[in-house]
Amino acid sequence: MANQRMTGAEIVIKALVDQGVDVIFGYPGGAVLPIYDALFQQDKVRHILVRHEQGAMHAAEGYARSTGKVGVVLVTSGPGATNCVTGLTDALMDSIPVVCLTGQVPTHLIGNDAFQEADTVGITRPCTKHNYLVKDSNDIARIIHEAFHVARSGRPGPVVVDLPKNVVVNQGTYQTPAQSRTKKYNPQVKADIARVEQAVELLAGAKRPIIYAGGGVINAGPAASQLLASFAKLTGYPVTLTLMGLGAFPASDPQFLGMLGMHGTLEANYAMHGCDVMLCLGARFDDRVTGRLDAFSPGSKKIHVDIDVSSINKNVRVDLPVVGDAAYVLEDMIKVWKSRQYRADEAALKAWWATIDGWRKRDSLRYQPSKDIIKPQYALQRLFAAIKGRDDVFISTEVGQHQMWAAQFIGFEKPNHWLTSGGLGTMGYGLPAAMGAQVANPKALCIDVAGEASILMNIQEMSTIAQYRLPVKVFILNNQYMGMVRQWQEFFFGGRYSESYMDSLPDFVKLAEAFGAVGLRATKPEDVDGLVKEMLDCPKAVIADVMVDKTENCYPMIPAGAAHNEIKLGPEGGVTSSVNDEGMVLV
Amino acid sequence: MSNPVNERRHTIAVLVDNEPGVLARVIGLFSGRGYNIDSLTVAEVSAEKTQSRITVVTRGTPMVIEQIKAQLGRLVPVHKVSDLTIEGPHVERELALLKVAGTGEKRVEALRIADVFRARAVDSTTASFVFEVTGTSDKVDALISLMMPLGLVDVSRTGVVAIARGPKPL
Ligand SMILES: Cc1cc2nc3c(=O)[nH]c(=O)nc-3n(C[C@H](O)[C@H](O)[C@H](O)COP(=O)(O)OP(=O)(O)OC[C@H]3O[C@@H](n4cnc5c(N)ncnc54)[C@H](O)[C@@H]3O)c2cc1C
Ligand SMILES: Cc1ncc(C[n+]2csc(CCOP(=O)(O)OP(=O)(O)O)c2C)c(N)n1
Ligand SMILES: [Mg+2]
Repeated sequence: MANQRMTGAEIVIKALVDQGVDVIFGYPGGAVLPIYDALFQQDKVRHILVRHEQGAMHAAEGYARSTGKVGVVLVTSGPGATNCVTGLTDALMDSIPVVCLTGQVPTHLIGNDAFQEADTVGITRPCTKHNYLVKDSNDIARIIHEAFHVARSGRPGPVVVDLPKNVVVNQGTYQTPAQSRTKKYNPQVKADIARVEQAVELLAGAKRPIIYAGGGVINAGPAASQLLASFAKLTGYPVTLTLMGLGAFPASDPQFLGMLGMHGTLEANYAMHGCDVMLCLGARFDDRVTGRLDAFSPGSKKIHVDIDVSSINKNVRVDLPVVGDAAYVLEDMIKVWKSRQYRADEAALKAWWATIDGWRKRDSLRYQPSKDIIKPQYALQRLFAAIKGRDDVFISTEVGQHQMWAAQFIGFEKPNHWLTSGGLGTMGYGLPAAMGAQVANPKALCIDVAGEASILMNIQEMSTIAQYRLPVKVFILNNQYMGMVRQWQEFFFGGRYSESYMDSLPDFVKLAEAFGAVGLRATKPEDVDGLVKEMLDCPKAVIADVMVDKTENCYPMIPAGAAHNEIKLGPEGGVTSSVNDEGMVLV
Repeated sequence: MSNPVNERRHTIAVLVDNEPGVLARVIGLFSGRGYNIDSLTVAEVSAEKTQSRITVVTRGTPMVIEQIKAQLGRLVPVHKVSDLTIEGPHVERELALLKVAGTGEKRVEALRIADVFRARAVDSTTASFVFEVTGTSDKVDALISLMMPLGLVDVSRTGVVAIARGPKPL
């Protein structure tokens, strides 16, 4: 079996098969024709033909996030590769494992400005975890195996393998994953036990503790989320999640305070501000979470569990760094807590929960309901009511207000069911991501909660969805504005709505029909339940155009550069007042 | 974030796989994240030519320096990152070639100063010298400033190479 001679293209396919790949997302072109030819002659790897390479990248991200596996993309040289740059950057920011195979001009033409040549490794170096240019057919297998290893180990991320055409045409020797095993990249997963013991001791002594968990818990696999639930049960401590962490702790659990950060709940942000011990688990103190750094949780001792040393002490100085995988660390923390028979300080914890419940009572997600116009929050509440209790639902989003409302109003009980672009905030992410999730989970219900502006950024993927008969649902909260932009213009730019009105929108119902999908529309609050039911009952792809309040704003909001306790719950008091010049330069 | 008051100069040694693009990765990391590079040197150091050693001199607050080391450490081809400035005593050297053009009194003075600095003349014409000097960056700086009024027309410096004192390898 080993040491077989075959063409480079055949080696590529065999390497994918040996990595357990069953589906790839791609788009052909001159430089990858040999690989497409090899694909044609086999039936182990299924190819999904997207309509734009950016769609392939986000589909692979959706596939990866919804399965925990590595997503795979195959594109041609030049424009095929450059069209992947946004998706690669997105995957890098959100720690999503993707291997992207790009075609390249033959090695002897590299550097000659040959037809469809781009310096792919140069262009993608800063937006990948690692990248490779393969120069010899004998190296293909080893490099592809290494690429998968790098993509999924440690902090996951995107890896590019650039394959010149002559390298995939020429013959080479195949190497199995075992033969290619590398000592090169082996991040530490198990943490220093002394650190873990210190962390648990600190936590056990807490009077006002908080667990702040993020996407790293999801990266660590479903077991990590279960361990997080056990640790929370054991201690009785409150838990908040980042946008990327949603699903890592059950939303229905009474110990869950909701999402924190710029559009997080009052109780989550106040608890972060007022805590005395913070356990940060696989989250990276993003500026959307911390607000003004010098006012961030000023009185707390901070423990930071992260697999990537560079995430620690990047934005916020912590007292106790613990480097390791969230699942391993949680397991050890539980062991230590139990073996040392720690008990939470009952009286202090009771008082802390009483304070938190006081904040909760202010119901920071409340909004002004309406009988005449559909409030976006209402539409999502009705959608959530219809899917609640099902465990086969995947929700993706585009970027904007609708994304924040989806995060606030849809509860996730399990990890890997929420797909959103957090770090890069890529409009156009949601539709291909839902498509990727649907490919990976054919029986599941995959819904893209969209804005009417974002959805147009990768709308072409409706054609892919038609071709593969993927019953993806697109739930557009159509406010006819780039709502998030309009909101900032209202608050910070005197209501001058410069270029944020979405003029000349398509008729989304007809657009759905043009793509062979079903189009639905709701314009009145009483239409919403019917629309949701029809959408969920429909065996085909659906675009649901929900005409919502055009000028609704997303609250709570901590304006950029403000502190957690300067959170605004609604129009009363105004948001503008708390923003100073320093805040105005922030995004 | 960068507060010049507690910024400090650090010399960092990095052992990397000797593969194409590794230097671009390191330099791209510094430019992309806005870190300073005072100097950077690189050359193969293993007999099998599989590894190179990069010496980078940078400046930053303790938090920035910690980030720089962590960011270097997570590059896939990087094997080892060592902050020589904080990990104990080390030796730093730099080599420079100085071209001094001139005649008469200034020429004699240039030779005299070179001698004080133990700089060797490695090329001479009737109208010029090329001096080779080795030492700390401060020493090289000092020689350059003394040669300036004596007809210094060209300087080529290697940047700092450094190694820890004592028996232990990197
Ligand atoms: C319009 C908009 C508004 C936003 N508003 C908010 C907001 O209000 N609140 C909010 O929270 N976010 C918000 N975000 C998202 C925000 O920008 C960040 O993407 C997000 O906060 C980062 O989440 P995270 O800290 O969980 O880190 P991630 O980006 O998920 O990073 C994961 C961290 O875990 C570590 N890690 C990875 N694997 C493991 C492992 N196995 N074990 C341990 N650690 C691991 C990584 O090294 C990294 O440090 C918003 C985004 C947009 C587009
Ligand atoms: C590719 C890209 N371009 C620009 C932006 C900046 N941006 C963030 S939200 C937003 C508006 C999104 O509008 P819409 O999709 O209608 O969502 P809404 O906020 O109205 O819910 C824009 C332009 C972005 N995030 N991504
Ligand atoms: Mg909109």
